Amino acid sequence: MEKFLEVKNLEVQYVLKEETVYAVNDISFSLEKGHTLGLVGETGAGKTSIARAILRVLPVPPSQVKNGEIWFEGKDLLKISEEEMRSIRGDKITMIFQDPMTALNPVMKVGDQIAEVLEMHDTKLGKAEIRREAEKMLEMVGIPAGRYDEYPHQFSGGMKQRVVIAIALACNPELLLADEPTTALDVTIQAQVLDLIRNLREKNNTSMILITHDLGVVAEMCDDVAVVYAGEIIESGSLEDVFDHPTHPYTQGLFGSLPSLDRSEPLRPIEGLTPDPTNLPKGCKFHPRCPYATEECKTTKNEFCEVAPGHLCRCVLAMKNQEGK
Amino acid sequence: MIMDELLQVQNLKKYFPTKHGMLHAVDDVTFSIGRGRTMGVVGESGCGKSTLGRVLTHLETSTEGQFIFDGKDVTNVKRKALKEYRENAQIIFQDPYSSLNPRYTVEETIQEPLILTHRYSKAQLREKTTEMMDLVGIAPRLRMSYPHELDGGRRQRVVIARALALDPKFVVCDEPVSSLDVSIQAQILNLLLKLQEEKKFTYMFITHDLSVVRYISNDICVMYLGQLVESASSEALFANPLHPYTKALLSALPTVDIHHKMNRIVLKGEITSPVNPPEGCRFAARCNYACEACHKKQQLQEVEPGHFVSCCRVKELNNLT
Repeated sequence: MEKFLEVKNLEVQYVLKEETVYAVNDISFSLEKGHTLGLVGETGAGKTSIARAILRVLPVPPSQVKNGEIWFEGKDLLKISEEEMRSIRGDKITMIFQDPMTALNPVMKVGDQIAEVLEMHDTKLGKAEIRREAEKMLEMVGIPAGRYDEYPHQFSGGMKQRVVIAIALACNPELLLADEPTTALDVTIQAQVLDLIRNLREKNNTSMILITHDLGVVAEMCDDVAVVYAGEIIESGSLEDVFDHPTHPYTQGLFGSLPSLDRSEPLRPIEGLTPDPTNLPKGCKFHPRCPYATEECKTTKNEFCEVAPGHLCRCVLAMKNQEGK
Repeated sequence: MIMDELLQVQNLKKYFPTKHGMLHAVDDVTFSIGRGRTMGVVGESGCGKSTLGRVLTHLETSTEGQFIFDGKDVTNVKRKALKEYRENAQIIFQDPYSSLNPRYTVEETIQEPLILTHRYSKAQLREKTTEMMDLVGIAPRLRMSYPHELDGGRRQRVVIARALALDPKFVVCDEPVSSLDVSIQAQILNLLLKLQEEKKFTYMFITHDLSVVRYISNDICVMYLGQLVESASSEALFANPLHPYTKALLSALPTVDIHHKMNRIVLKGEITSPVNPPEGCRFAARCNYACEACHKKQQLQEVEPGHFVSCCRVKELNNLT
């Protein structure tokens, strides 16, 4: 069966004068129609670079896609022309950016910013119709249409983020890349925005890649999860697989670092720091911080092993446990 | 409830004049913190929690009300008394990137508060710096490093070392972990708890993150638009939230437990402006239970021993007598 989106062996590097940042290293994953995949990881893990590579909005230079294929609707997005990409970007694939304060144009009316997307992609519509459509989008995200002519600074953070969402959804995209869509928001506003995304997703059967560091948000929104560490996926599977049976020591560490609402046990943080992406460790990238690391981990590059059907883990220990069974 | 109170805050107000009127950042807040305990202050952005921390450390002067520290009224202390109070009340800021002087090394940063007291000789300064670095877990080789050479977690450790160098009794932690990754966040939280155990610090922990506040606090205050809406012990607040805002806030928190979904209360509307706010409950505009009486001035009432709520319908809504 052809997958809706398939990323194969993607490698992204930022080539600077004196060093090279290895941001995304050999990442492969796929997404089914209507599903939501959560990409989880800490700052600098390469999550945003993956999304930007799919949408082809990586800053060039310094970034370079060294290798890989991104299959979407029978085309490799990395091979098609910029012109063709432009017709997909904003129409079939859109992105919600992290920071609503900087994602909007400060000197353009919020309504016009939504209308701009429609103008670009839906050339059949007349001016009045476009305005009506944009007003409809505003109302859909819970902003009165009467505020069409206002500017971003007149909106609160939560409302700005809803405008950004309205822009991303204006053309009924098939794939939505949401990069930390609620990180800049307060919890009660976050609940509103997540609710909104969930409803819109169900209405249009949109597929989504949700990038976040917040495991709670993943638990609420996603069907599948991929944990990213130092530019590699180290564990992936269904939400139940990863949350009920975290297998990779890093995933276990992430859960151990979370203060839970019932304060029963002390936190068990992961010791040390994420590795420097210009100088990644050999072997397993997590071995300097891993409590179970052996000599083998320092030298051998780990392959994925399937710990349960569809539940992949990139760890020697998991592989050994699996063989022992 | 609390026998030995280090800090008592009474009807504290802080207003800022703006072009459009008075901004009520902190409005009539009353609570107290027990010695050696941690008071968590939670609320969303703009609720005045940081202003409260800044007033209590004398970085801002209060508009009205008073706060009593260790039996002494320190609301309007000046000069010598102020200096003395500041030695005892320190603050750890949210953003370790902007709260360190980029031209000071780790050593200079930690020594600065010590030098200002004129009590330490050069040798003592060196010794104290080593002790502090060891205490917060910064490797000795980083002594001469500048902030830009350190990552966020290490910078926050330097900020903590600077705040604790003078052995304060009271430390305000203003979102000390919110700019850090979860694994680093856990390291810093554990460090703060370890230090409290060793040195008996009293913390006021300001955060918007409910799971963090639950983990670290003994008592919790919930603020909304400058007003204190509920305060109780950590256990009581999480087991039995009484104010409609606290209930909504707790239910909005995404949890990692994928099998037990909380019944979410999704609020309508936005946080209103704190400039010239109406009298009465400020949450009334978003509250599902708002009535006529909510638009009159609210009193903080002790609903259960040690559990204070500022809501006129609290008893009726929670079936309390």
